Amino acid sequence: MQWARKDLGFRISTGLFGLVLISIVAAIGVELTRQSWLSISKFGFAFWRTQTWDPVAGEFGALPFIWGTLYSSIIALLIATPVALGIAIFIAELCPARFRQPLVFLTELLAAIPSIVYGLWGIFVLVPLVRQFQVALPDPLRVLPIFSGPPFGVGMLSAALILAIMVVPFTSSVAREVLKSVPRTQREAAYALGATRFEAIRTALYYARTGIIGAIMLGFGRALGETMAVTMVIGNNPQVSLSLFAPQHTMAAVIANEFTEAADDLYLHALIEIGLVLFIITLIINSLSRLLLWTIGRPGKAIPKRTPTPVQATAA
Amino acid sequence: MHTRRRAIVSQLFVVFCAASVLLALVPLAFILFFVVREGIQALNLEFFVSMPKPVGEVGGGMANSIVGTLILSGLGSLFAIPVGIMSGVYMSEYAGSRMASAIRFAADTLNGVPSIVIGVFVYGIAVLPFKQFSAIAGGLALGIMMIPIIARTTEELLLLVPHTMREGALALGATRARAVFSVVLPAAAPGIITGVVLALARIAGETAPLLFTSFNNRYFTVGLTQPISSLTVQVFTYAISPYQDWHRQAWAGALVLVSLVLLCSLLARFATRKLEGLGRG
Repeated sequence: MQWARKDLGFRISTGLFGLVLISIVAAIGVELTRQSWLSISKFGFAFWRTQTWDPVAGEFGALPFIWGTLYSSIIALLIATPVALGIAIFIAELCPARFRQPLVFLTELLAAIPSIVYGLWGIFVLVPLVRQFQVALPDPLRVLPIFSGPPFGVGMLSAALILAIMVVPFTSSVAREVLKSVPRTQREAAYALGATRFEAIRTALYYARTGIIGAIMLGFGRALGETMAVTMVIGNNPQVSLSLFAPQHTMAAVIANEFTEAADDLYLHALIEIGLVLFIITLIINSLSRLLLWTIGRPGKAIPKRTPTPVQATAA
Repeated sequence: MHTRRRAIVSQLFVVFCAASVLLALVPLAFILFFVVREGIQALNLEFFVSMPKPVGEVGGGMANSIVGTLILSGLGSLFAIPVGIMSGVYMSEYAGSRMASAIRFAADTLNGVPSIVIGVFVYGIAVLPFKQFSAIAGGLALGIMMIPIIARTTEELLLLVPHTMREGALALGATRARAVFSVVLPAAAPGIITGVVLALARIAGETAPLLFTSFNNRYFTVGLTQPISSLTVQVFTYAISPYQDWHRQAWAGALVLVSLVLLCSLLARFATRKLEGLGRG
């Protein structure tokens, strides 16, 4: 009886710490809403449809930031996803066992480098390279909208490239885990039917498709919220442009840049509203990706249980 | 003929995967190369022991920023370690419960929240009410980022501890708390410490949550209620400045940051390898 009460005390006291964790997440949502109320009530949905960002005149339209965030993240994803999946497949399926750990370590090192270091490298190394690339571009290509504009170096392409490099380790490490959870029998069955290596791996990829999509979305979530590296190379100019070379802006970057300069309350609230929406978007993307990964993360539950035949038992 | 085409496709695919690995390692090598080459030029004893000099004067260091980063990370850990470990204990001890799922969901969510948003949040709760940027606010922001990492690592490692150890303790008449604190946690301790070190490495490199919580400070401070400098914010300030000498300092700061992170990752890797060895033996 006394023990039971002590155990209950233990449960409650550790649970309280867990409650702190839960309340932090709740508090972020509440606090950001509260602190952006002026802007939410004044502009409503027009905030997200208009393009004028003029703090002096008190006009705030966040469309260029949403555009910049989505555009940069999507380009980054287009570049990063094939590479990340290639890495995951190489490490999980193709490479000799003794190279596996070192390769995992090296790719994860990419995730460990602080984003400020990426930004610094971006400013002084990548941006000049992008500028050279743009100058070297043949004239007929330059009339295309996506390649138009003067060569600044800073702009959408630089940001997307940096983001792509930063996203690769996240997507590839999750995709690797997902591939690991595919039963060996799947591949063996494919090989037994005479499949080539590519075809066998394609079978495994198909089997793990929800998890792979989850891994890609996780990378997307990372790209959306990345701040420092992007703000240092994207040019910080709020405009909606298709051009890869145009200086643009993102949601995270505008907060980082202008937050300490926000002189009046409405300005500050407008910036915090951008933060609130960034919070909600990443929340949705991450929850979706976890949902997808969750279904595959537990092989025992994802696959309907059957009594193993002798063949399966030995394969396992 | 058809078979041959399939074989070629397969070969190309293997080549593509190998090329992807190279493609990712090129930027890594490229970044490390530049950070070392540029950073080493400005890195000397002065960098570690002296204060930033005004524009125009060559030299100076980041002593205040280095101390600031240590203080901020320390404050973050002070806040995050108890919450993280205890939440982890709850998640593993009461794994099936609804509360445990809720904590797990909150931890994963928090882990995905962009660091700049955490900065904005902490600004609202710890800067605005006191009308003062402070080291405490910065530490709080870093702590919030550490909690989910520590909580999830603790949970995973506690679940790895053999059930028989816990049962042995309970069979001897220990309470649940006693079994956890005297038997299960110590068994998982090396792994948990590794997790904490990794979390530290990650948050020591964070800039965004510090921009408007701990802000920056040109002077040497240890006061917790004042704005405080940090390596990352200082590197940012220098990097976007127009002065060449400041750029050199920024690279040196980056080199220190990268070395710190590298060292922590290597340490953690070494420790986990040892752990795995123990588990096998």
